[in-house]
Amino acid sequence: MNEVARKPVARFVPLIVFAALLVFFVVGLAWNQDHNASFVPSPLIGKPAPAFRLPRLAHPAQFVSKADLLGKPYLLNVFASWCFACGDEHPTLMAYRDKFGIALIGYDYKDTPQAARDWLQRHGDPYREVITDQSGDTAIDFGVYGAPETYLIDAKGIIRYKHIGPLTPDVIAKRLEPKIRELEREGT
Amino acid sequence: MRRLLAVVIVVLALASSAAAFAIDPLPFKDAAQRDRFQNLTRDLRCMVCQDESLLSSNADFAKQLRRQIFDMMQQGKSDRQIKDWLVARYSTFILYDPPLAPSTIVLWFGTPAVLVAGGIVVIVLLRRRTRPADAIAEDAGDDW
Amino acid sequence: MSPELGQVALILALLLSGLQCLLPIIGAWRGSKPLMATASTLAIGQFTFVAMAFGILMWAFATNDFSVAYVAQNSNLSLPLFYKLAAVWGAHEGSLLLWMLILNLWTVALVAFGNRLPEAFFSRVIGVLGFVSFGFLLYMITTSNPFGRMLPAPGNGADLNPVLQDPGLTFHPPTLYMGYVGFSVAFAFAIAALLGGELKSTWVRWARPWTNAAWGFLTLGIVAGSAWAYYELGWGGWWFWDPVENASFMPWLIGAALIHAQAITDKRDGLRAWTLLLSIFGFAFSLLGTFLVRSGLLTSVHAFAFSPARGVFILVYLAVVVGGSLLLYALRAPKVTGGKSFALASRETLMVLGNLMLTVACAMVMLGTLYPLVGEALNIGRISVGPPYFGPLFMLLMTPLVLALPFGPLSRWGKADLTVWKRALARIVAMAVAAGIVGFLFGARGWHQLLGVTAATWVMAGVLFFAIKRWREAPRGKRYPFEMLGMMLAHFGIGVFIAGAILTRSMSVEQDVSMKPGSSVGIGPYAFRFEGVRELPGPNYRAEQGTMVITRDGAPVATLHPQKRTYTGGQVQTEAAIQAGVFRDLYVSLGDPLGDDAWSLRVYDKPFVRWIWGGGVLMMLGGFAVVLDKRFRLKRVEETETIRPHPAPATPRKLAEGEA
Repeated sequence: MNEVARKPVARFVPLIVFAALLVFFVVGLAWNQDHNASFVPSPLIGKPAPAFRLPRLAHPAQFVSKADLLGKPYLLNVFASWCFACGDEHPTLMAYRDKFGIALIGYDYKDTPQAARDWLQRHGDPYREVITDQSGDTAIDFGVYGAPETYLIDAKGIIRYKHIGPLTPDVIAKRLEPKIRELEREGT
Repeated sequence: MRRLLAVVIVVLALASSAAAFAIDPLPFKDAAQRDRFQNLTRDLRCMVCQDESLLSSNADFAKQLRRQIFDMMQQGKSDRQIKDWLVARYSTFILYDPPLAPSTIVLWFGTPAVLVAGGIVVIVLLRRRTRPADAIAEDAGDDW
Repeated sequence: MSPELGQVALILALLLSGLQCLLPIIGAWRGSKPLMATASTLAIGQFTFVAMAFGILMWAFATNDFSVAYVAQNSNLSLPLFYKLAAVWGAHEGSLLLWMLILNLWTVALVAFGNRLPEAFFSRVIGVLGFVSFGFLLYMITTSNPFGRMLPAPGNGADLNPVLQDPGLTFHPPTLYMGYVGFSVAFAFAIAALLGGELKSTWVRWARPWTNAAWGFLTLGIVAGSAWAYYELGWGGWWFWDPVENASFMPWLIGAALIHAQAITDKRDGLRAWTLLLSIFGFAFSLLGTFLVRSGLLTSVHAFAFSPARGVFILVYLAVVVGGSLLLYALRAPKVTGGKSFALASRETLMVLGNLMLTVACAMVMLGTLYPLVGEALNIGRISVGPPYFGPLFMLLMTPLVLALPFGPLSRWGKADLTVWKRALARIVAMAVAAGIVGFLFGARGWHQLLGVTAATWVMAGVLFFAIKRWREAPRGKRYPFEMLGMMLAHFGIGVFIAGAILTRSMSVEQDVSMKPGSSVGIGPYAFRFEGVRELPGPNYRAEQGTMVITRDGAPVATLHPQKRTYTGGQVQTEAAIQAGVFRDLYVSLGDPLGDDAWSLRVYDKPFVRWIWGGGVLMMLGGFAVVLDKRFRLKRVEETETIRPHPAPATPRKLAEGEA
């Protein structure tokens, strides 16, 4: 330690280490500007969506499974009537439902069917189909940890993209749209 | 600003019930199983509240995962299997104990590296500065 | 009083701090006595205005002036006065003001007790503190003004975060900041020495009491925070390796290393450069702690609201202060290594090893705390680093330290007497083994518990052996000087802490239960009988209060009343009820109604948990005791012609200022 002081170069070591640390802070601070630290990337991207079989909101006796939705890409939007941020997101979904170019499927998360139906009645229903997961067990297979979340699933049932938090016109234009166009190019 | 607001709202929604901590009576088979459960969930991160363990979090999400983990324990799954199951869904972010991987090499070997480097400096220092005991005068300035 | 006055006071303080930085340093550089003489006056002037600003903010809280945005956000009409006053430092802006006030308190203490220092050196020290203060005041005024108005004023405030409504809050931040900021004194001494090109390291002796006092306060702050988490967060845990806890622990580790490095430099003139570097690091980590909490870089329970401008400012400040200091160090640290030589078996060697382990432990904590951030920045994925990383690594690193601990004091400077080592080793081993056996007979099973008992005894027996040896050998009245007493207290405290930490961890029983009134649950020898829940009104909350009667073999032990409070703002906060004892705490928290009169409850048996904080308090006392040592009373120094405006008090009771 003391010896370090003997060689002038060695005495710059603390300064250099500190400078490196500072660079990380700057990068970290910049990263923080356009990322939210509470959004954790899903390990399921590029992997098959989990198998599921869930009742339809409109007809609880009928079930929709993963196989039923294969063949065409679709967006799976996790929402709930109790979720504030979902209400924030809702107008965007209403505005974009026809502009996505692919089906928008609602995934009603840990909700009572009646509450969900009332909610959609009140705010409008942007979904082609709504499936319900009252226990939330299937949602865990999807890696859902909060609503709203949106999954882009391709024709083969592979999860291609996931957005955590409300979709906004900005997010749709910058992140989601390009992924959808990519799928369309693959399809043709 | 709008974006920030949205983020705040999400976080609030995610952590709506995180103010209180978790009290979650689960029907454990015996004390050993309860200890095992507590030790396992203590080392897992509650994804929603970010800075709490799955054991202590009162978020709905944590409650549900605790049930699932409890059920898996009843099915005789090992801790390893349960962790793998969680990682497949939520990534290694859920583990407070990040596994050794290319991205965590510095984390795990950084401390030993610093220790070795510091150790070398200390050894050099001691080699240069120490003298045989006979050559050292008694310290007169301080009586202890 | 008008809050605008507070803002004016801050601006005046800023101006004075700028002058306090410039004039004395220029004076010391030019050898101008009139300029140097401004140091004390400017420091006292700055203190006056900062104290005024602080008083005005406190007044705004006390009088419910909700036109001040900060008051509106953090207070409420029904908040008890006690918490209104504590709410001053309940959030970002006010806690910065507290930080400032404490920095000024340290500076004024230095003016009061350090005025026998050589004038040029003293001027530089005050100048450096002025610089530190200038940056923080500028930061406050530009990004975090606590006096901002909210017009029209709301009729009532949003209330203080209920988590903070606990006596622990009134205690934890001020003491923690006393520690954090206290390291600025050792830092200022080191920078002043570098600036002045001090060839001798006499300044280290002057810095020692300040470092010890700061470390004592930091220890107290950490203990208070830990106890607060235990009581208030209801997890029954006492340390979580949370980023913010780590931020306070890093300067603590560096401070512990610095205390020992300073001793070597003071007494043997060795490790000069290292002492300088540690002085800089100690304060750098204090700043880093402040930065991490407020930048929004780390997510944490403790984190303050984040704003990019604040983060950028602190980053620049950190770069200037720490980068500048390290540059100064690189350019001007003493080139010749000095110091008396020593044998391999000597106190120096052991202290150097201790320094190594403490510094590496600090590096480990820093790596673990910052790694997730680095991971994000480099886009290699999000990872979590938590207790299972820090705990075992910390234990591994501290093992050699704990093993060597008894032998440090038993070794003389220069060379140790090996026969003393042998005698001590035989006795310490015997006592540690005996303690292990006694523990086993009392039912301690499992290597964790036995390890805890033996390691704790190892350390405590070492201190006892030293105390007895000293008692026999030293003449009456000279047996235990304060510096030594401080060492003994702190080292013994480490032993007590080890016992508490390891035994609590390995012996605790924690159980979540669903209970109906009249039902019982047994934990160890204790029976917990639940008597039901009733509603109670509080000043700014409504409480549901449970009653739990604890008996042992039918004999009553305690009746506990855990609460679950719903505050006016809608937040829910639990108040655990704790039967505290020397050997165990019994702890009950109330959960949710499960229907049919049943409630979920958490009951704990936590043996030896108090020892954790007891050990911490002993360490704190150790730090404070050292301050009182005669060795550090400043003798009239060489510049006898210097006449200072403030006569020195007869005894340097530095604590009095800090405790005020």
